[in-house]
Amino acid sequence: MNLKDLLLEKKSSILKRWFDTIVASYPPDTSNFFKSNHNQFANPVGFTFSEVIHGLFEELLQGGDPERYFPYLNDIIKIKAVQDFSPSQSVSFLFLLKKVVREELRKELQRNQFQDELLSLESEIDALALLAFDIFMQCREKIYEIRTNEARNMMFRLLKRANLVCEIPDGNQGLGEETVLTQKIEG
Amino acid sequence: MANPKPEELIRINHVPPKQAWMDTRPDFRPGMFCYASKAKSLEYVGMPNPRQWSVKDEDWHLPENWQEIFIEGLRERVDKYRSFRLFLDICVRCGACADKCHFYIGGGDPKNMPVLRAELLRSVYRKYCTTSGRIMGKIAGARELTIDVLKEIWYYAYQCTECRRCSLFCPYGIDTAEITILARELLNLLGLNIDWIAGPVANCYRTGNHLGLQPHTIKDSFDMFIDDLETITGIKVSPTFNRKGAEILVVIPSGSMFADPGTFTTMGELLLFHELGLDYTWSTFASEGGDFGFFTTNEMAKRLHSKIYAEAKRLKVKWILGGECGHMWRVWHQYHNTWFGPVDYLEEPVSPITGTRFENAKSNKTVHITEFTADLIKNGKLNLDPKRNDNLIVTYHDSCNTSRGMGLLEEPRFIINNVCNNFYEMPENTIREQTFCCGSGSGLNASENMEQRLRGGLPRANAVRHVHKKYGVNMLACICAIDRAVLPPLMDYWVPGVAVTGVHEMVGNALIMKGERKRTTNLRGEPLPGMEGEEDV
Amino acid sequence: MGLLFSFFAVAILGVIAFVGVRSIHLHYFFGVIIPYLAFAVFIVGIAFRVLKWARVPVPFRIPTTAGQEKSFPWIKSSKIDNPFTSFGVIIRMALEVLVFRSLFRNTKMELRDGPQFTYGSTKWLWMAGLAFHWTFLVILTRHLRLFFEPVPFFVEILETLDGFFQVGAPVLYITDLIFLGAVTFLFLRRVIIPQVRYISLASDYFPLFLIGAIGTTGVLMRYFLKTDVVGIKELMMGLITFNPVIPAGIGTIFYIHLFLVSALFAYFPMSKLMHMAGVFMSPTRNLANNNRAALHANPWNYPVKAHTYEEYEEEFRDKMKSVGLPVEKE
Repeated sequence: MNLKDLLLEKKSSILKRWFDTIVASYPPDTSNFFKSNHNQFANPVGFTFSEVIHGLFEELLQGGDPERYFPYLNDIIKIKAVQDFSPSQSVSFLFLLKKVVREELRKELQRNQFQDELLSLESEIDALALLAFDIFMQCREKIYEIRTNEARNMMFRLLKRANLVCEIPDGNQGLGEETVLTQKIEG
Repeated sequence: MANPKPEELIRINHVPPKQAWMDTRPDFRPGMFCYASKAKSLEYVGMPNPRQWSVKDEDWHLPENWQEIFIEGLRERVDKYRSFRLFLDICVRCGACADKCHFYIGGGDPKNMPVLRAELLRSVYRKYCTTSGRIMGKIAGARELTIDVLKEIWYYAYQCTECRRCSLFCPYGIDTAEITILARELLNLLGLNIDWIAGPVANCYRTGNHLGLQPHTIKDSFDMFIDDLETITGIKVSPTFNRKGAEILVVIPSGSMFADPGTFTTMGELLLFHELGLDYTWSTFASEGGDFGFFTTNEMAKRLHSKIYAEAKRLKVKWILGGECGHMWRVWHQYHNTWFGPVDYLEEPVSPITGTRFENAKSNKTVHITEFTADLIKNGKLNLDPKRNDNLIVTYHDSCNTSRGMGLLEEPRFIINNVCNNFYEMPENTIREQTFCCGSGSGLNASENMEQRLRGGLPRANAVRHVHKKYGVNMLACICAIDRAVLPPLMDYWVPGVAVTGVHEMVGNALIMKGERKRTTNLRGEPLPGMEGEEDV
Repeated sequence: MGLLFSFFAVAILGVIAFVGVRSIHLHYFFGVIIPYLAFAVFIVGIAFRVLKWARVPVPFRIPTTAGQEKSFPWIKSSKIDNPFTSFGVIIRMALEVLVFRSLFRNTKMELRDGPQFTYGSTKWLWMAGLAFHWTFLVILTRHLRLFFEPVPFFVEILETLDGFFQVGAPVLYITDLIFLGAVTFLFLRRVIIPQVRYISLASDYFPLFLIGAIGTTGVLMRYFLKTDVVGIKELMMGLITFNPVIPAGIGTIFYIHLFLVSALFAYFPMSKLMHMAGVFMSPTRNLANNNRAALHANPWNYPVKAHTYEEYEEEFRDKMKSVGLPVEKE
């Protein structure tokens, strides 16, 4: 029996534990909600977490191209990037997998037979973390891009109509110089 | 110092709230709140305590007696709104609403559970307005109104989009929107507004619309539409403005006059009205159907919307046709008649094309444009070619206000099914009366709170993503101007590849008009299906 | 804190009655004065609260619409979830009050997902809520036997149905079991689910403990510590005919039970239990969604200062004229 088979055997307990450590980073009432509601649409965050770790785990067992991890990591990091997490917090869930595996397989590992395989699994996880970090940065850049795009889309319209709109000027006397840039778009 | 372990690292920001929620101070996170209102905006409309202030500052420059003002205001309002007093009194904290809020689902902050968001104010109400709270204090769930409590109420009153999804599931119909509306009203007594709401309110008071478009600018906007439409269809539409004696006054949200993709909706409406030969007029004064005043105080909401009936009366029209907008219709449908009725100087609306009487609007004389168009289609008055929208695989997002504050569910769907061939619904628990908010409603569609918007929009985006993956949906239709402004960035982040459209943009595309030239592009100037490269010929 | 406070508050109430009757022999006080006082507080308190709500106007018609509006004859409207007529509203309210329709809405989608037990799941809340309220009502109705001679027929029918399984002597009432089970569930739910624990206050635990204690003492009385039912009936009949008597030989447990019930009655008007009356007055549920068809008047509607067209034209007249927009004054 090699490490892969062993992991496959223990898959459900490993994933359960991994999931629990991930949602434990939220307040307890919230993590309970993430855990207990299984509806994909009523609980998108919890659902995504559980989909992603299943996917990642499968891919890890099969090994291979890091590109294949991308969609999974992308799904989860996207969520982390708009919640209150620092970059390190956002990717740290991957390192937790190492710990979970070691704890779950404590007995087997004591026999020392999987050292090499374990080492390669762990460096695979490290590679994942690096990829996750890149994705986190992409997400944050995307958020800022969306923000500036909103402003730029307004500007574009405004340039076409330079000085044709007015905002409430300071001190209320007539139309002020300040015109276009802070105009709002909504309905 | 030893390096933190991963699980310590992951926990840093989320100390589990061991303390009771009453003792947890609000933590103002960047990206989660909007900038403070500017003095000039409040001054222009005469709202209290205009001054420069900043959310991040310790001192919010409140009046000396701010507690007194707030508590007096609270006492006054629980005597004016049965809803408010009842909702503050009868919650049993069963928790049915807890996981219904899009902000809680997407973000996980426990104070975004509707019950707890309401408790923030409820605890103050108990302290100052109930005997048990006054005597028993904390044990009765009451607490002092300290500056931290005030800030907390502010922070969370502007993290609620008044979407009413929680109210649907509450066994007593407790409506957090109602509580947020009145909480914001109380905060406005102290000048605690946000710039993104206060600015448009001042603009709207002065120019008639949130964007501050002056009359000639509106004309100019429409001139551009007319040119674009002539290029696309070969037909020159000729809308009129401020014309007395027209049969119908048309009022739309000003966002649709100015910002893409809302502008395409307006262009679609222009084509429709032209084809029908409708006797209607636009108004540069009643140039805003939406009402950001609704997000400040009841009085401000009424002040901003006085112009609609006033203009209808001045222009001597028979009735009013309202465009695609969400909160506009909550206000028109549930508030207008009470504020301004009886509207006996207008006539009961009758469609001049089909002769249908709009019985459900006979008292306040305002008809929703999807009601108007659905009736046209049902009576076979429109010549439609849905194939022109064949490049679109469409799903439909119900706007919170039209679904839970009105019940306009089938009309838009009926239209969509007649103007395009590929329509797929999102999952059942995310549409119709259970629809998820876009996460940016009730004036929270600023840019500085982008993280908040993206979190709040996650449940909605997640459902779109599902149909995007399953059916290849590439177009999200809606009937709300805020949706059209905020769903594009939301899609850009969560579901790249899905664009956003108003329903009447699709109507405009599908509409076969008398005397039009062979259309090669849609209203966006993109080639129609099967017409790619046609223009080069 | 709220939990312990409530627990001890109820315990102390029990002890007071025990000591008062067993040691100080205040039978008349606990058997007559307190029940009269409590009942008076209950009636006056509820009337006061309801009138207080009723005095507050309903300025706007704001039903939460949970289905298609009434528009055209060819579009099927949702007559109950989005009522256009008073009849629709009555049905909506009836379903709300009798079967907790809004709570049930929670469960629809989850039932389809297959049966998976989760503490968070609201279908359990709905079921326990229904069980709790309905059995409470049945038990209350069964108690009418103590107030009427002869016993009303519907009480006897109810008792027969309730004791349908004919287990034990005296016959075991199913509602007693369900009632205690539901109270326990509602309590455990509050303690176990972190979300609900986080939002719970003393005023949420206290009524649960109190009602639980009432149920427990009642069950003890009926099934275990046999009490003198004839004496109790004599006392009760005396109370309602304003001719109070204290028959000898009624066990202390009865006085504890009666005292806790009195406490509940007295506490009722000042607590969240008022949702019983409040639910009927909720403006998001008890109004028809016909705002555009019928005028809803707001008693305190007042004129507001608005920006007039004249002011608008005054400011922008030149610009309006420059693009050919019609103006009132040249």
